[in-house]
Amino acid sequence: MTLDASSLQVVKATDRRLRRTDRSKGASIALHAALIGASAIAVFPVFWVFITSLKPDARAVEPTPKLFNESSLDNYTRVLSGEKGDFLAWFGNSVLIALMTTVIGVFISATAGYAASRFRFPGKRGLMMSFLLVQMFPFAVLIVPLYNILIALGLNGTSIGLVLVYCTTAVPFCTYMLKGYFDTVPADIDEAGRVDGLSPFGVFWRLIMPLAKPGLAVTAFYAFLTAWGEVAFASAFLSAADESKTLAVGLQVFVQQNRTEWGHLAAASILVAIPAIVVFYLVQRFLVQGLASGAVKG
Amino acid sequence: MAEVSYVKASRVFSGNPPVRAVDELSLEVADGEFLVLVGPSGSGKSTALRMLAGLEDIDEGAIHIGGKDVTNVPPKGRDIAMVFQSYALYPHMTVAENMGFALKLRGVAKTEIKAKVEEAAKMLDLTKYLERKPKALSGGQRQRVAMGRAIVREPSVFLMDEPLSNLDAKLRVETRANIAALQQRLGTTTIYVTHDQVEAMTMGHRVAVLKDGLLQQCDTPRALYDRPANAFVAGFIGSPAMNLKTVPITSEGAKLDGVIVPLSRDAIAAAGGLDEVTFGIRPEALGIVPSGEEGMEMTVELVEELGADALVHGAVKIGDASQRFVVRVDGRTPPTLGQHVKVAVRDHSEIHLFHPETGERLEA
Repeated sequence: MTLDASSLQVVKATDRRLRRTDRSKGASIALHAALIGASAIAVFPVFWVFITSLKPDARAVEPTPKLFNESSLDNYTRVLSGEKGDFLAWFGNSVLIALMTTVIGVFISATAGYAASRFRFPGKRGLMMSFLLVQMFPFAVLIVPLYNILIALGLNGTSIGLVLVYCTTAVPFCTYMLKGYFDTVPADIDEAGRVDGLSPFGVFWRLIMPLAKPGLAVTAFYAFLTAWGEVAFASAFLSAADESKTLAVGLQVFVQQNRTEWGHLAAASILVAIPAIVVFYLVQRFLVQGLASGAVKG
Repeated sequence: MAEVSYVKASRVFSGNPPVRAVDELSLEVADGEFLVLVGPSGSGKSTALRMLAGLEDIDEGAIHIGGKDVTNVPPKGRDIAMVFQSYALYPHMTVAENMGFALKLRGVAKTEIKAKVEEAAKMLDLTKYLERKPKALSGGQRQRVAMGRAIVREPSVFLMDEPLSNLDAKLRVETRANIAALQQRLGTTTIYVTHDQVEAMTMGHRVAVLKDGLLQQCDTPRALYDRPANAFVAGFIGSPAMNLKTVPITSEGAKLDGVIVPLSRDAIAAAGGLDEVTFGIRPEALGIVPSGEEGMEMTVELVEELGADALVHGAVKIGDASQRFVVRVDGRTPPTLGQHVKVAVRDHSEIHLFHPETGERLEA
């Protein structure tokens, strides 16, 4: 096939008019500049934490900050080797507590959300209202009563106690979220499953759960984050022993009364962020789907 | 294979007053029979089907399948398969998985499931689509998958809840014939719910007409058309609907617009003592006659041409009120709008009389 260059040019010349989806050059530049500016503002703190994590403590805060000044990976090696507190134990505790919160929280809220979506039972309205109400209390108000409950249950200072406390925060929100998601799955599917030979729990487990994957991913992410970065409950309810701390609590050893080890704190912070990023990466495919679903039916 | 019977089965929804969605339904369905439940929306036909499926409680009475009382048996223990109006295919499974799911739950061997699914797919012309997900199928294909899912299980009863209402008109007619043929071939007892009286008439061995949760009549399509048990069935079965008018009755016959339509002595005796009766005549039993002959004066208000014939809607004066009548005429020579025509009863054996208040048929 031969192309006539001149004829192509003619078409271009006569087609100056902007198409519906086109932008003028000025608008394009302004738009990109604004987006780049906003991105820089969002990314800069994280970037600076990373830069600081490479510097020795003495160079972390300077009158004239430099990008690199005696930079090395020493902070990371010292944090990971346990020289500055039992970082790996804290990390393990955090992972365990966050994962347990995710699994238990999502399971409870999925079953509760399914019941709220499908069944009519006395107290349903009251249950959903109380879920909303619970979220309106500030954390600080809850610490003392929860502490008393944990002591009464003999769970004070244990990981499982803290997991249950995190579930009280995660479950109400996740239940609402999942109820909304289950509502978009037609009840006909449940009935087809029943007729095909599933028990009511079978319908939930084999049909509804696989169909609600995007919703489950969002709630799992939320439950994970609830537990991962939380400080107040963790420092109040876990035992004071160094090896039972979570990361968020443990990081406080770098901030002492008279001096702050900025370099080590930054290095540890970067390490803490990694699992959250990994979880986000795993569920991000579902996140947009999950958050957007329910907006438009079908 | 099994027979089905409803024994005074009722479904009552709580409320004030409680709603009797299905009211003491008693119905016997023979083994291998194709029974259609038909009625306007809100008549309780879907509820009746769902009671049989075990998806709706049976508040009073009982339901038997194959001689066994299943009133309190969960759906999975009833050996039924159901086709839903929305098809309710499992979106996360392929066509083959959808069709084989019930067998998989029963623990049937994989090779056997595969063979059965393939056989059903062949029957329904779905072989090409077995590995697709439902969302990649057209409406007609999805409908066939829903049918396939029911067939693969070889249940003792098929339940179908308006399975054709999401298809376009042409496909609906085609699928209607296919389902009837398939049922004939498999010989499985089938209960089919529809609001479309044409579907009911063309598919069912017998048709049960419901209204407000009450069974009005259950008979063969022919019998429903020829001898409707009451004015509701008369008006519901047949398209276009029967002309049903309340007219004065004398010792000679029914009085319409100065014309007296003679009635048999038995008919007049059945209406004994009544001043008025509900007079029913189908559009096809009326005809337009030359102006000189005896008949009702009708002003043509609308002509619907269907090709083979035409439906003429017009106003006839009965007493002081003007009443609408529909007449089926030859499609090639329809009257024009506004024209005054004479309409006469063509076939006197096709006159139906009903009690003006109860609507019951007056046996003649």
